[in-house]
Amino acid sequence: MSEIFSAFAIAFELIVSLDRELYTIIGRTMYVSISAVAMAALLGLLLGAVLAVYRFPGRRAVIVVLNALMGLPPVVVGLVLYLFLSREGPLGFLGLLFSPTAMVLAQFFLILPIIAALSHQFLRDLYLEYQEQLCSLGARPNQVVFTLLWDGRVNLVTVVMAGFGRAIAEVGAVLIVGGNIAELTRVMTTTIALETSKGNLALALALGIVLVFGAIGLNAAAYTLGGVSTYRRI
Amino acid sequence: MMRTVGILFLTAALLGIGGKSASAQPMPYITLASTTSTDNSGLFSHILPLFEAASGISVRVVAVGTGQAIRLAERGDADVLLVHHRPSEEKFVAQGYGLKRYNLMFNDFVIVGPADDPAEIARAAKATEAFMSISERRAVFASRGDNSGTHKLELSLWEKNQLDVSKVSGTWYREVGAGMGATLNIAAGMNAYTLVDRATWSSFKNKAALKILFQGDSILFNQYGVIAVSPRRHPHIKADLADQFIGWLISDKGQRAIVNFTIAGQSVFTPNASKIPLR
Amino acid sequence: MLPLILTDVSLWRDGNTLIEGVSVTFSPGTKTIVLGHNGAGKSLLLRICHGLMGPDSGSVAWAEKSPEGHRRQAMVFQKPIMLRRSVRSNVTYGLKVNGVPKLRRQEIADMNLKRVGLADIASRPAAVLSGGEQQRLALARAWALAPDVLFLDEPTANLDPAATQSVEEIVEEIHGGGTKIIMTTHDLSQARRLADEVVFMHQGRMAEHTPADQFFDSPASAEARAYLNGELRW
Repeated sequence: MSEIFSAFAIAFELIVSLDRELYTIIGRTMYVSISAVAMAALLGLLLGAVLAVYRFPGRRAVIVVLNALMGLPPVVVGLVLYLFLSREGPLGFLGLLFSPTAMVLAQFFLILPIIAALSHQFLRDLYLEYQEQLCSLGARPNQVVFTLLWDGRVNLVTVVMAGFGRAIAEVGAVLIVGGNIAELTRVMTTTIALETSKGNLALALALGIVLVFGAIGLNAAAYTLGGVSTYRRI
Repeated sequence: MMRTVGILFLTAALLGIGGKSASAQPMPYITLASTTSTDNSGLFSHILPLFEAASGISVRVVAVGTGQAIRLAERGDADVLLVHHRPSEEKFVAQGYGLKRYNLMFNDFVIVGPADDPAEIARAAKATEAFMSISERRAVFASRGDNSGTHKLELSLWEKNQLDVSKVSGTWYREVGAGMGATLNIAAGMNAYTLVDRATWSSFKNKAALKILFQGDSILFNQYGVIAVSPRRHPHIKADLADQFIGWLISDKGQRAIVNFTIAGQSVFTPNASKIPLR
Repeated sequence: MLPLILTDVSLWRDGNTLIEGVSVTFSPGTKTIVLGHNGAGKSLLLRICHGLMGPDSGSVAWAEKSPEGHRRQAMVFQKPIMLRRSVRSNVTYGLKVNGVPKLRRQEIADMNLKRVGLADIASRPAAVLSGGEQQRLALARAWALAPDVLFLDEPTANLDPAATQSVEEIVEEIHGGGTKIIMTTHDLSQARRLADEVVFMHQGRMAEHTPADQFFDSPASAEARAYLNGELRW
């Protein structure tokens, strides 16, 4: 138990002392996860909206697969991506293994199904509500897709933040394709795993606390920017 | 569809370039596949800055178990291999994956366990006797169970006692399937015996009730070797930079850097490189 | 683009016949009220006319296509569907999907919001409006499209008398501008106030299509007579 108390003390000390290594790691963590979330949101939200609006053969199969992939273990994503990016793999020539880019890709593939499946679920309900009205006004399906994305933005922020939460919290995938190389691919979660394996439980927990506060801050920012506050008053 | 995938990879690559230039200056680098025990001890963060300053080459350490490190190097995902299981290392060179194997340094393994020593291994004369005593008393033992160098040595000690641990796995013998640090955390939690290299043990912070109960048998000698990965199989391997790194490690400067790495005033590794490759 | 000619239109769902053999011609200029019991097929008939549903047999034909295709028609629903945007954007949206240039959209929207008395609250989120205001906004949104035909599906069913009155006034005003009105209601007094002619639906069939005066004085069909008697008893 004493670890928990000293963890808070260490966390506080790390934050206020502007520990250079800590802030570099936080910066790298944010860079990797935000890049992954930006890419996954771009594609995932569009995919979710298209699945909600268009009817095409194989649509149900895509939805089932996306829902199933939401529970994909990060280690599996990391392993598959490792086999692709390894020098003996089909994309080995790119030399991306053990780079931040590889970690971005790992998190991208990890959260794409989450963002696509959750946004599809939500946008399908919104489409049911809007369908007759939009059709009556003469909106074409491609216009409907963007209407849903815009009008659903408040809930879609939550969807994207769910993806972000998973990206920033996972360790299995980035450990395999990033290699936890100091000053290059070491992020918050891999540092926590490393410090735990060194027996520095309090320091590991302190980093966890910092991670949680970072996530809270980012979520708050996202919700404010997403205009949730305006709509919650309604 | 392919175009989308292409665009994604391109975007990722661009982002990657942005990230790299933001976080580190462009510097030639090599990738070193090594073991958690060496990395966790803090050795690399002590010696690598010295090499970097002398050569202008940065070394990216990927620390995994010996088995996995060898697999990484075989696939061409690392330029240099630094591990501690000699038979595997020699096989790696014999199969053409590596160029030459050099002895680099050594330390030793110790058996740690609960301070009250229920299996009374502290009185044993040999490491095999200590293991025998643990199995006879059915005292809880935490095994790495991950094909690492440490795990392989541990298995050979049980074999010398003609004990098939796969039959007792799950009873007093617990395979945790994890790295050295994680295994120590588990051993500390279960008050179990385990085999650990001295470097990891010295730097480990969560010892709880565990202490060193047996050490000093020559069978627990722990030799580290270093091998440059062969560019014949993987032309992208940075053979020249790898050669510079190994050259420095086995030079007087490198060897002195290793001995100068201390935990609590004590050297953790003893350098023993010979400039002539063995075999 | 009128008249609108329905020929032998039928609609089935799950083995039930919902609309059966309806043939009717809607001429320009008049206000047509569609009457009938709940489940008689009034709303379905309106949706088929508007093009939200295709008939399972029979044909729906406009006399001529307007230059903009068949979009010179609009519909107001029983429960107004508000886009999660401002009042003004709800109006400009319909104009946007119909290709009206941006500056013109603002002009038209402001003019129509003024006509329905919502100009003062144009920048509020549509979701905060009262039921009556929402229905007026739906009317402004439809009106902005300058439709040749306006379909209204029980537009006042959920409104109080005051809101009902203002909706009726707006409907009259839209009609005054030359727009054909086709509206369902189950409020007989409203039907008397508004109707130029009546289409009476009974169990999915069109029982009669007669001028309003004649319908209310001496309905031709036994079903309509029974309906009028039944309703009057209330």
